[in-house]
Amino acid sequence: MTSIEAHVQQPYKYGFVTDIESEVVPAGLNEDVIRLISAKKGEPAWMLEWRLKAYRNWLKMSEPHWPNVKYGPIDYQAISYYAAPKQRPKLDSLEQVDPKLVQTFEKLGIPIEEQKRLTGVAVDAVFDSVSVATTFQAELAKFGVIFMPISQAIREHADLVQKYLGTVVPHNDNFFAALNTAVFTDGSFVYVPKGVRCPLELSTYFRINASSTGQFERTLIIADEGSYVSYLEGCSAPMRDENQLHAAVVELIALDNAQIKYSTIQNWYPGDDEGKGGIYNFVTKRGKCAGRNSKISWTQVETGSAITWKYPGCILQGDNSIGEFYSVAVTSHKQQADTGTKMIHLGKNTRSTIVSKGISAGRGQNTYRGLVKIMKGAEGARNYSQCDSMLIGDKCGAHTFPYIDVRSSTAIMEHEASTSKIGEDQIFYLRQRGLSSEDAVSMIVNGFCKEVFKELPMEFAVEATRLLGISLEGSVG
Amino acid sequence: MTKGKALLEVQGLRVAVAGNEILKGVDLAIRDGEVHAIMGPNGSGKSTLAQVLAGHPAYTVLAGTAKYEGKDLLDMKPEERARAGVFLAFQYPVEIRGITNSYFLRSALNALRRERGEAELDPIDFLQFLEQKLKAIGWDDSMMNRPVNEGFSGGEKKRNEILQLAVLEPRLAILDETDSGLDIDALKTVAETVNKLRAPSRAFLIVTHYQRLLNYITPDVVHVLADGRIVKSGGPELAHELEAKGYDWLRDAAMVS
Repeated sequence: MTSIEAHVQQPYKYGFVTDIESEVVPAGLNEDVIRLISAKKGEPAWMLEWRLKAYRNWLKMSEPHWPNVKYGPIDYQAISYYAAPKQRPKLDSLEQVDPKLVQTFEKLGIPIEEQKRLTGVAVDAVFDSVSVATTFQAELAKFGVIFMPISQAIREHADLVQKYLGTVVPHNDNFFAALNTAVFTDGSFVYVPKGVRCPLELSTYFRINASSTGQFERTLIIADEGSYVSYLEGCSAPMRDENQLHAAVVELIALDNAQIKYSTIQNWYPGDDEGKGGIYNFVTKRGKCAGRNSKISWTQVETGSAITWKYPGCILQGDNSIGEFYSVAVTSHKQQADTGTKMIHLGKNTRSTIVSKGISAGRGQNTYRGLVKIMKGAEGARNYSQCDSMLIGDKCGAHTFPYIDVRSSTAIMEHEASTSKIGEDQIFYLRQRGLSSEDAVSMIVNGFCKEVFKELPMEFAVEATRLLGISLEGSVG
Repeated sequence: MTKGKALLEVQGLRVAVAGNEILKGVDLAIRDGEVHAIMGPNGSGKSTLAQVLAGHPAYTVLAGTAKYEGKDLLDMKPEERARAGVFLAFQYPVEIRGITNSYFLRSALNALRRERGEAELDPIDFLQFLEQKLKAIGWDDSMMNRPVNEGFSGGEKKRNEILQLAVLEPRLAILDETDSGLDIDALKTVAETVNKLRAPSRAFLIVTHYQRLLNYITPDVVHVLADGRIVKSGGPELAHELEAKGYDWLRDAAMVS
C-alpha cells in the first residue's frame, strides 16, 4: 500500500442505533400496506387514490440499470415500508418528544429542544417514517411561512398540496419515484408566501434507525411570487451489514421572481471497507422555475451511501429563469455514485450553471452524469458546465457522461472538464511546510471543492468541510 | 569562517530512488549561521540530497546518518522536520487550487507555532505579521491572495518559495536550484532577499548548478558533488574555479579516488 492509500479507514461516526420501541409494519408491499400507511397518516381519499395509481404503475415498471453502479437484486417484499417510534399520539409541544429521540438528534448535532435550538435555523426532524419535531413553526407562521411535516400539510393545507404535489415529478416519472409516491411516509412541506423572504434557514434532518426498513420521504417546497427560501437537508443512518433503501422525491416550485436555494449534506452510512452494508440512495429531485426571473439553486455535498443515484435538476420554464447545480460527491471505501443534474431549458434567455466536483478514493467509483437540453423556444439560452474529478490512490475510478441536446440555434454552451490526482509531491510539499498528511489532504480537497462550498449557507459550509475531512481521513498517508 | 555549533551533520549518507543508488556516501557539516553551496553537474545527486534531507518519501536511505540539532533527522517525518526548522525551497513548487497563498502560509506558520507552544495567529494577526515580514524584505503582498502557485510564472513560483522562507523563519533553509529559470532581475531579487534573511541562527544549504547565484550570495563553504559524493570542498573561490574550468576535471578526480 502506498502512503497515499494508507488512511481510508475512518469509522463512520453516526452509526449508532437508538434503542426505542417502534411500531413496524411487517415487510412486504401490496395495496393493503399502502392503505395502512395512508390511514396512519389520516389522509384524504384523493391522496390514497394517487398512491394506488402510482403503485399500479410501479408494478409495470422495471428498476433502471443504466447507472454506472453495480449491486445485487433488491427484494422489495423484504422491506418494511413503515416504522415509527411509539409515542403519545398528539404532540402539543416539543417538550413532549420522547427524550430518547431528543438525545438521538442531539448526538447527531441537531438540537430540537426549545432552549438549545440552532439559532437562525428551523429544523424538522424525521425519524424513520415520521416527523418527530419541527422547531420554530409558530415563529415562521407569523411571516406566513408554512414549514411542517408533509403528512400534516396533506391534512391542513390540502389545497396547496393538491395543487403542486406531483407537478414536477409525476407519479410515474421513474421506477423509484413511483415507488416513493406509493409509500412515502414523511418529509417536509414548505410554502413561502408572496414577497416574503423566509427569515430562517429551513432544514430537515432524516434519520433511519429501524432495521430492514426503507425510508421514503417526500419534500415539497413552493416559493410564491417574489419570495426567497434557503433549505437544507442532512441525514445519517446506523451501521448495519444489510443494505437499506432510501428512495426520496423532492419537488421545488419557484413562481415569478422567486428563489429557492436547496442544499444537501448527505451522510448516509456508506458501508464498510469491503462494501458490506450501507444505504442505497436512489433519489429523484427536481425543481421547476415556473415563473419569470425565478431561480433554483441545488448544492449538494454527497459523502455517504453505498450507492448514490440522483440528478437534482431544473426545468427552466419561465423566461429569464436560472438553474444552478453545485456538487461535491465523494466515493471512498467501495462506494459508488452516479450523480449529476438535468437542466431543461424551455423559456427564453434561461441560464444554467453546473459545477461538479467528484472525488474518488479507496476503491470508490464516481460518475458524473448530466443532461443539458435546450428546447426550440428557448431563445438565448446559455449553459456553463464544469466537471472536475480528483483521484486519490490508484484503485478508484472517475467517469463523466455529459449529454447535450440543443434544439435552438441561439444557444450558447460551454463545457470544461478536468481530472487530477493528489500526488505524493503535492502532499510532500504541504508536509514540508509543517502540515500533517491529514491536514494536507484536507487542504487540497477543500481547495478543489471551494467553488461548491462557497454556495452553502455559512453554518453548513463548516459542517461540510469537517465531514469531507472525516470521510477522506485516512485516504492519504 | 565557522560561526556556531553544528546544526546539521551528515555522515556516509547513501540514498537510492527507484532502486538506483544516487548518493554514495555524503559527508557534510553545517554550523549555525553558515551558508553552504552544493554545486555539481546534472545527475550528480544535488537535488536528491535536498529532497532526502527534507524527507521526501520516494527516497530510500541505504546507509549513513544525518543529525539535526543533535537529533536523528532521518527518523523524523517531513512535517516534524519542518516544524523543527528545516525548510526546503522547492525546485518545482506544486500548485494548490482554491487555496490562497495567505491561507496556506498561515496554516503552515500555525503548525510551526503550535509545535513551539506559541499561540496560533488569527487572520488579522497574521496579516500584521505578514506585513512586517514583507516590509523587511521589501516585497509587496500582490501574491498573497492568489491560489498557491496556480497560474504563477516560473519566476513567481521561485519568489513564492523565498517569501515562505521569510515568513516561516527556518533554522536550516535548503534552496534547491532556486536560481534555475530566473531572469537576471529576478535572480538578483531572490539573492538580495536571501542575504537579508541571513542570520546567526539560520544556516543555508544552496543547491545550484551554476555559479551565477553565488555572484550575489557569498557562501562560507562550497562543495562539489559528483557521482553521489562530495569530491571537493573549499571557500567561495571554488565556485569561480568551477565556472572557469567546468566540472569535468573533478569528475575525473572522483573516478580516480
